[in-house]
Amino acid sequence: MSDWIEVCKLDEIPKGAGRTVRTADAVIALFRLSDDSVRAVENRCPHKGGPLAEGIVSGRDVLCPLHNQRIHLDTGEVAPPDSGCVRVFETRIEDDRVLLRVGA
Amino acid sequence: MGKKKLVMIGNGMAGMRAIEEIIAAAPDMFDITIFGAERWPNYNRIMLSPVLAGDTTIEDIILNDEEWYRSHGITLHLGSKVVELNRSRKLVRAENGVEAEYDNLIIATGSKPFIIPIPGHDKQGVMGFRDIEDCETMMEAAKRYKKAAVIGGGLLGLEAAKGLMNLGMDVTVIHDQATLMNMQLDEVAGEMLRDALERQGMKFRVSTLTTEILGGERVEGLRFKDGGELECDLLVMAAGIRPNIELAEQSGLYCNRGIVVTDHMQTVTDPAVYAVGECVEHRGKTYGLVAPLYEQAKVLAYQITGQGLRRYEGSVTSTKLKVSGVDVFSAGDFMGGPGADVVELLDRHGGVYKKLVLEDDRIKGVVMFGDTADGPTFFQWMQDGKDISDMRSTLLFSASGLGDSGHSGVDQAAQMADDTIVCGCNGVSKKQIVDAIVKEGLTSRKEVTACTKAAGSCGGCAGLVDQILAATLGTAFVESTEDPMCGCTDMTHEQVKEQIRQKHLLSVREVMRTLGWEGEGCHVCRPAINYYVGMLFPGEAEDDRTSRIANERMHANIQKDGTFSVIPRIYGGETTPDDLIRIATIAKKYNVPTVKITGGQRIDLLGVKKEDLIPMWRDLDMPSGFAYGKALRTVKTCVGSEWCRFGTQDSTSMGIRLEKELERMWFPAKVKLAVSGCPRNCAEATIKDLGVVGVEGGWEIYVGGNGGVKVRACDLLCIVETDEEVMEITKAYLQHYRETGRHNERTAPWLERIGLDKVKQAVVEDVENRKALAARCDAYLATLTTDPWQERIEQAERFKEYEPIEIPVRVEA
Ligand code: SRM
Ligand SMILES: Cc1cc2nc3c(=O)[nH]c(=O)nc-3n(C[C@H](O)[C@H](O)[C@H](O)COP(=O)(O)OP(=O)(O)OC[C@H]3O[C@@H](n4cnc5c(N)ncnc54)[C@H](O)[C@@H]3O)c2cc1C
Ligand code: SF4
Ligand code: FES
Repeated sequence: MSDWIEVCKLDEIPKGAGRTVRTADAVIALFRLSDDSVRAVENRCPHKGGPLAEGIVSGRDVLCPLHNQRIHLDTGEVAPPDSGCVRVFETRIEDDRVLLRVGA
Repeated sequence: MGKKKLVMIGNGMAGMRAIEEIIAAAPDMFDITIFGAERWPNYNRIMLSPVLAGDTTIEDIILNDEEWYRSHGITLHLGSKVVELNRSRKLVRAENGVEAEYDNLIIATGSKPFIIPIPGHDKQGVMGFRDIEDCETMMEAAKRYKKAAVIGGGLLGLEAAKGLMNLGMDVTVIHDQATLMNMQLDEVAGEMLRDALERQGMKFRVSTLTTEILGGERVEGLRFKDGGELECDLLVMAAGIRPNIELAEQSGLYCNRGIVVTDHMQTVTDPAVYAVGECVEHRGKTYGLVAPLYEQAKVLAYQITGQGLRRYEGSVTSTKLKVSGVDVFSAGDFMGGPGADVVELLDRHGGVYKKLVLEDDRIKGVVMFGDTADGPTFFQWMQDGKDISDMRSTLLFSASGLGDSGHSGVDQAAQMADDTIVCGCNGVSKKQIVDAIVKEGLTSRKEVTACTKAAGSCGGCAGLVDQILAATLGTAFVESTEDPMCGCTDMTHEQVKEQIRQKHLLSVREVMRTLGWEGEGCHVCRPAINYYVGMLFPGEAEDDRTSRIANERMHANIQKDGTFSVIPRIYGGETTPDDLIRIATIAKKYNVPTVKITGGQRIDLLGVKKEDLIPMWRDLDMPSGFAYGKALRTVKTCVGSEWCRFGTQDSTSMGIRLEKELERMWFPAKVKLAVSGCPRNCAEATIKDLGVVGVEGGWEIYVGGNGGVKVRACDLLCIVETDEEVMEITKAYLQHYRETGRHNERTAPWLERIGLDKVKQAVVEDVENRKALAARCDAYLATLTTDPWQERIEQAERFKEYEPIEIPVRVEA
C-alpha cells in the first residue's frame, strides 16, 4: 500500500533551486523548477555521490555541484557523455502543498 | 522614425562579420539588404583548402545559412553581382536588374586572384583559387586530368597544391623566389618546409619565372625563362591577390591599392559609405587574413550603430600554414637586418627550427618550423612589447613551458600513449578524445568538451586538446579565438556584456529572455551573466542566487562528501588569542573533524554539516572569509617593519587595511593579494593577482601573478610613495579587471590578453582615468554593506534551504 505525505509548502523551496529531505530510508533532493512544478530524486549523484540538492537547476535538469554532471530530473538519467541513473520519486502538488509518495 | 536602409555589396567573411556585429549591437536599427555575387550564403573561405583536400565539405563550411538571413529579416540577393553604384541617388544595381536604395552602404567586395598576364593566360584550365566555384572546378579537373602546376609557392599556392595532390594529381609548384613562402619564412625555414613537402610527394621548381603558357584551347604545358618546360593540364595561379575596387573606383570613391578608409572604416570620400575587408586600404596597408578584417568589422559596427568612438589602428598579423604534417608559424620582422639580435634553435634532423628576432630584449619577429606550439605566446609577447631579457637562454625550449598541461609542441600530442590522461580534472584519456573526434566527427575544442568533458573544468589541458584535435584532424582544425560563452548562446562574453550595458538588463532571466538564450542556461553562462549584471549595475541589478554555484550560494565550500567548510576572515593573517580560543571552542562544540591552517594564512574548519552552518557562524561571530567565491580571498602579509630586522614598510597594517576596505568584492574570478615588507618577499607577493612589496621610501605594486594551475610571476605595474597611492591604484586596477575581465578569467590570463602597457596606461599613467576607476570601485564598495553570514543569521527564514526537511517515513521510488 502506498500513500502521499506532505513534505512542505511550495514556497518553502526557493524557485529554481533544491532542498534536502531526509526520510527513514533515503535522502532526497527536492526541486522547484522555474515553472513551479516539483521533482524529487535521490540526493546522491551516481558519479561520486555529490549532493544534488545543492546543484544549479537548468530547465528539467540539475547540474551536480561537485563535477557538473547533468541529471535529468524526469527520468533520473545522467546526460551523455556521462552515464548512470538516480532514483526518481513521485511528487504531486495540491494547492500549495508538496506531496511525496511513500511506501507502506 | 522608420528604420535606416543599410545595403552591403559582397557577402564574404569580413562583410558578414560586420553585419553580425551590427545586429548584435542594434538589432532594430537597420533594414538590411545584401548582394552577393556568389550563389552561396556566406561561408568560411579559409576552409576551402580543407574542402579541396577532401577533409571537409562545402555544407560544413557555410557560416550562416539562408534561414539565418531570413530569421534576421535580412534581404539576401545571391548570384547578384552589383555593377552600378550611384552615390548621388544612393542606389545600387545588380547585373540581374535588382536595385536597392541605401542610407548607408558597406562595400565588402574582397579581392581577386592576380592572374599574371603572360601569353596564354586566358586558356582553359588556367585559374585562380578563391571561391567555391574554383574549388569545384579543380575537383572536376582532377577527375579528368593528371598533371597540375601551381604558380606561386606562398601560403595559398601550397595549400592548393596539397589539395590537388590529395585529389590524386601529380603537382609541381613553380615559385619565382628561392625560398618558399618568402613573405613569411627565412631561408632555413623555407628549406625545411620544402623538404617536408617533397617528402609528401610535392614537386618544386624554385627561382623559376614562367614566360609562356603552352597549348591549344586548353593549357598543355609551361615554358620557363631558363628554357625549361613542364607538361600540365591544369594551372592554378596563386601569385597574389588584388583588392576588388572596380565598383568603388567607378563611383568616384578614392582608391589607391584598395578603397581608402579612415580609422572608423568610412571611405574618405563619402561618410555614408563604409568599406571593410580585403578591398580596403587603411593607413597605406591592405590585409589578406581574417583576424585583422574581423577587427575592422568590429570597429565598423561600432561606428555605424553610433556606439561611440572606437578606432581601427591597424594590425600586426601572424601566419600559420594549414597543411597537415607541416607546422609553420611566422610573425613580424622575422628576417632581421644585418647585425640583428637573433636567438635561434635549429634541429635539422628532428625537423625543428625556432628563431626570434629581438631588439632591446623585445620580440620583433618570429619564425618557427616543426614545433610551433609557442608561436601564439611569442606573438602575444611581441604585441605586448614584453621584456624577455631574463628568459633569453631558455625561451626557445618552451615559452609556455607547462609540461603536462600541454602547451609544448604538437609532437607531444602525437607521441603520447593512448591511455595517457589528458584531462586530469575529468579523467579523460587521449584515446577517448581521439575516438570521440573520429566517431562523432568533432572539429573544435568546444565539441570535444561537450562530448568528453575534456578541458571542461580547469582548462589546463585545453592546449593539449587542441593539439590532439590538430593531430587527429590535420587541416580541418581551425583554432577559434572568440568562442561563444557556452553552448546556450552564440554570443561571446564581450557581446553579452555589451548588450547588458546597452539594454540596461538587470537580471539573469531578463538577459536570457532578451538575448534569445537556448533553454535555461547552464553552470557556465548563468553565473557569468549574474556577475555581469551585478558589475554593470551595482545596487540596481538583482543577484540571482540560483545562478550561483553551490559554494557561492551557500557561502561555504562544498566538500567531496557533501559537507561544507567554514573559513572566517583573519585579516592579513594576523589573529588574536581571543579569536583563536573562540574558533577552538566552536570547533569542539560542533565536532568539526578537521581544523587546518590554509595556504592563505587562515583557519579552515572542514566537514561541517549544512544545517550547522548558520548556527556555527552565529557562534563564531566573525566575517566570512569568502574562501568559496569569485571574490576577494586572502591578503597574505609578512611581519614587516613592526618586527622584522629587514622590514622597510609595515606590510601587516597595509595588508589588513587592503583586506578590510576591499572585502566582499565580487570579481570575474577569485582575487588574492599579498603585501611583503621588503624585497625578500616572504608573503610571496609576486605571484598574486596583485602584490605590494615595501621598498625604502615606498611601495612597488605588482600585478597579474598566479600560483595555481599555470604559474605566472607578476609584472611590475608601478612604484609609489604613499599608502594612499597603494589604495588608489589597487582599487583602480581591480575595478579595471572587474569591468574588462571575462567571467572565470583570472587576472594572469586577463593581463596577457589586454597587455601590460594598456593596463598601465589605464590605471597608472592616465591619472584622470585612474581616479574615475577608483571612484567607481568606491561606489561599488559602498553597496556592499552586509556580511553574507550575518545576513543569514539575521534572516534565517529567507534561507530555509540550509535546513533539511525531516519526514521519518519510508519512501518508494
Ligand atoms: C583551503 C585551501 C588549501 C589549504 O588547505 O591550504 C584551498 C582549497 C581549495 N582550493 Fe586552492 N586552496 C587554498 C589556497 C590556494 C592557493 C595558495 C594561496 O592562495 O596563497 C593557491 C595558489 C595561488 C593562486 O590562486 O594563484 C590555490 C590555487 C587553487 C586553484 C588554481 C587557481 C588557478 O587560477 O590556477 C584552484 C582551482 C580553481 O580555482 O579553479 C583551487 C581550488 C580550491 C578548492 C576551492 C577546490 C574546490 O573547488 O573545491 C579547494 C576548496 C577546499 C575547501 O573547501 O576549503 N585552488 N589555492 C587554501 C585556502 C586559502 C584560503 O585561506 O582561502
Ligand atoms: C583558399 C584560401 C585559404 C585561406 N586561408 C586563410 C587562412 O588560413 N587564414 C586567414 O586568415 N585567411 C585565409 N584566407 C584569406 C581569407 O579567406 C580572406 O582574407 C577573407 O575571406 C577576406 O574577406 P572579405 O570579406 O574581405 O572577402 P571575401 O571573403 O572574398 O568576400 C567578398 C565577397 O564579395 C563578393 N563580391 C565581390 N564583388 C561583388 C559585387 N560587385 N557584387 C556582389 N558581390 C561581390 C565576392 O563574390 C565574395 O563572395 C584564405 C583564402 C583562401 C582563398
Ligand atoms: S591542491 Fe587545492 S584543489 Fe587540489 S586537492 Fe589540494 S586543496 Fe584541493
Ligand atoms: S559527484 Fe556528481 S558530478 Fe561528480
